[in-house]
Amino acid sequence: MKAFVPANPSHSPDVFALGQAQQKDRKVGSLKLENIRKSFGDVEVLKGIDLEVDDGEFVIFVGPSGCGKSTLLRVIAGLEDATSGSVKIDGETVNHLPPSKRGIAMVFQTYALYPHLTVRKNMSLGIKQAGLPADKVAEQVDRASKMLSLDDYLERHPAELSGGQRQRVAIGRAVVRDPELFLFDEPLSNLDAALRVNTRLEIARLHRELGATMIYVTHDQVEAMTLADKIVVLNAGNVEQIGSPMELYNKPANLFVAGFIGSPQMNFFDGSRLEGETAKTIGIRPEHISVDTNEGQWAATVTHAEHLGADTILYIDTDTVGQIAVRLFGQHNYDDGDRIFATPDADNTYRFDAQGQTIG
Amino acid sequence: MNKATSSLGRSFAAHAILATYTIIALFPVIVIIVNSFKSRKAIFRSPLSLPDETSFSLVGYETVLAQGDFFLYFQNSLIVTVASLTFVLLFGAMAAFALSEYRFRGNLLMGLYLALGIMIPIRLGTVAILKLMVASGLVNTLTALILVYTAQGLPLAVFILSEFMRQVSADLKDAGRIDGLSEYRIFFRLVLPLVRPAMATVAVFTMIPIWNDLWFPLILAPAEETKTITLGAQVFIGQFVTNWNAVLSALSLAILPVLVLYVIFSRQLIRGITAGAVK
Ligand SMILES: Nc1ncnc2c1ncn2[C@@H]1O[C@H](COP(=O)(O)OP(=O)(O)OP(=O)(O)O)[C@@H](O)[C@H]1O
Ligand SMILES: [Mg+2]
Repeated sequence: MKAFVPANPSHSPDVFALGQAQQKDRKVGSLKLENIRKSFGDVEVLKGIDLEVDDGEFVIFVGPSGCGKSTLLRVIAGLEDATSGSVKIDGETVNHLPPSKRGIAMVFQTYALYPHLTVRKNMSLGIKQAGLPADKVAEQVDRASKMLSLDDYLERHPAELSGGQRQRVAIGRAVVRDPELFLFDEPLSNLDAALRVNTRLEIARLHRELGATMIYVTHDQVEAMTLADKIVVLNAGNVEQIGSPMELYNKPANLFVAGFIGSPQMNFFDGSRLEGETAKTIGIRPEHISVDTNEGQWAATVTHAEHLGADTILYIDTDTVGQIAVRLFGQHNYDDGDRIFATPDADNTYRFDAQGQTIG
Repeated sequence: MNKATSSLGRSFAAHAILATYTIIALFPVIVIIVNSFKSRKAIFRSPLSLPDETSFSLVGYETVLAQGDFFLYFQNSLIVTVASLTFVLLFGAMAAFALSEYRFRGNLLMGLYLALGIMIPIRLGTVAILKLMVASGLVNTLTALILVYTAQGLPLAVFILSEFMRQVSADLKDAGRIDGLSEYRIFFRLVLPLVRPAMATVAVFTMIPIWNDLWFPLILAPAEETKTITLGAQVFIGQFVTNWNAVLSALSLAILPVLVLYVIFSRQLIRGITAGAVK
């Protein structure tokens, strides 16, 4: 397992303290949500969300579809009014402020570029609207365009750009606003796999260079694990757990988080299947099970094998705990129907009570 | 090859049908225009033949233009049509934006109420409208016509435009809000340009009935100085004698302005239809 390296080394606590003085004039915003609730008609979508985000942090919201990630982001942006609760940016309650006055910028999944304006005008519209003098506007656009290598496209219209370029322009439009808080709603999900990796790296670089606070919604675990300082796992309008990527991986607070973080998913089975076990549910990650042809704890039959080159994923049917997945590093010659023995790593098993909470 | 011939056959059939339809649709218009250039006798002797040296006559146009008020009628029609069209498009688009964009109590009900107007002809209310106009002293003014036509055109406009506005990306509007655009700027600068084809459709469907209407001008504004062209042309139709030359010439002239407006809007209309097809 790879050791935890913070996505943004400059923000490890000691360095951060040193930089505090210069940090003052740079616009970096903290965010505090207190008991945010949001209902659409009778349906409560957000059920009391509390969250604190420090200056310069990269926070990612993950959760299943429809759990309220976008809604929460829109409440922070001011595009949606919270039914109750307060949003504080930089210590100031902004509930009553319109989006443009909150010091935020947002990047949308669908790019949402103005179709009738050139790239340059797309990027400058917001700050012009805010009344910045023309020379300052040009300077900001230049800076953002350099940062995202958009110089060649400035006079084009969005229709004349590829999907990846459009998303870069959308990010550029956010950068130009020089916000205290960046909000991203699944910015990469319309891009193909290769482009997604590149743009992900670009966003990580942007975060390093700007040192800005960013909040980012995604479905993609890899994005979440690689970009985040802090991940917020949401489920059905509630926060299930907040923590660094490795905290969530190593110490999931409950069944939901355990099942949500990690791919392939953690194996779960009833505690009653193991002798002397008191927990309701036992969980073990596929990568924490070893197999052997001759000896081991659980006898099993291979039902399916996936050979990925770097990894081999085996789906096995054990006599003791039923169907489980096993992830082996490197290449192995197991095939359907092979009889093998699987042994779980005792230090890396998780135990959950009847309510689904992790037991010590 | 087989495929090529069959598609050739199909496209021939399609064109034949379209051509037939065009001929049927244009026939009355052509007959009117052709006959407006003929003498009275020739009109009746052979209504379908083209004018030649003996039958050619501009007497109809001379009568119409000699009738001094004819330009006034023209002007009245244009004022009424353009003003009503402007109000229908402006208010219709604004109402459609509100209905499609904002969540408020009674949104759905309001939409249904506005759509109801499509199914209930406004002429059913003629008596009440006339009373209203008499009471407010608007009889024999163009304002009366403009108000009625605006009311008549709004339901369809709201219905069509709100459907189209629902399809404008919500993210785009939100991006505008984050950039600090006012709701009016979002409406005029972001949304309206994107629903321009729909606006053109509504414009055409609104404009033509207004231009052609005889009913409300006759009832609400029959005075000499407020007559519209369609009403004005009726002076040549008498109970016993009808000046067909003049009627046909007046109608031919009346086609012109509306044709110009139609050409302007239909550019947008066709663009809208094909844009939808390509997507
Ligand atoms: N304008 C609205 N009116 C009514 N219900 C809404 C509205 N917007 C969102 N919802 C509901 O709120 C819930 C949360 O929606 P939201 O868009 O926040 O989900 P999400 O977590 O972003 O999902 P996804 O990952 O699919 O984007 C959904 O059940 C959705 O149906
Ligand atoms: Mg979403």
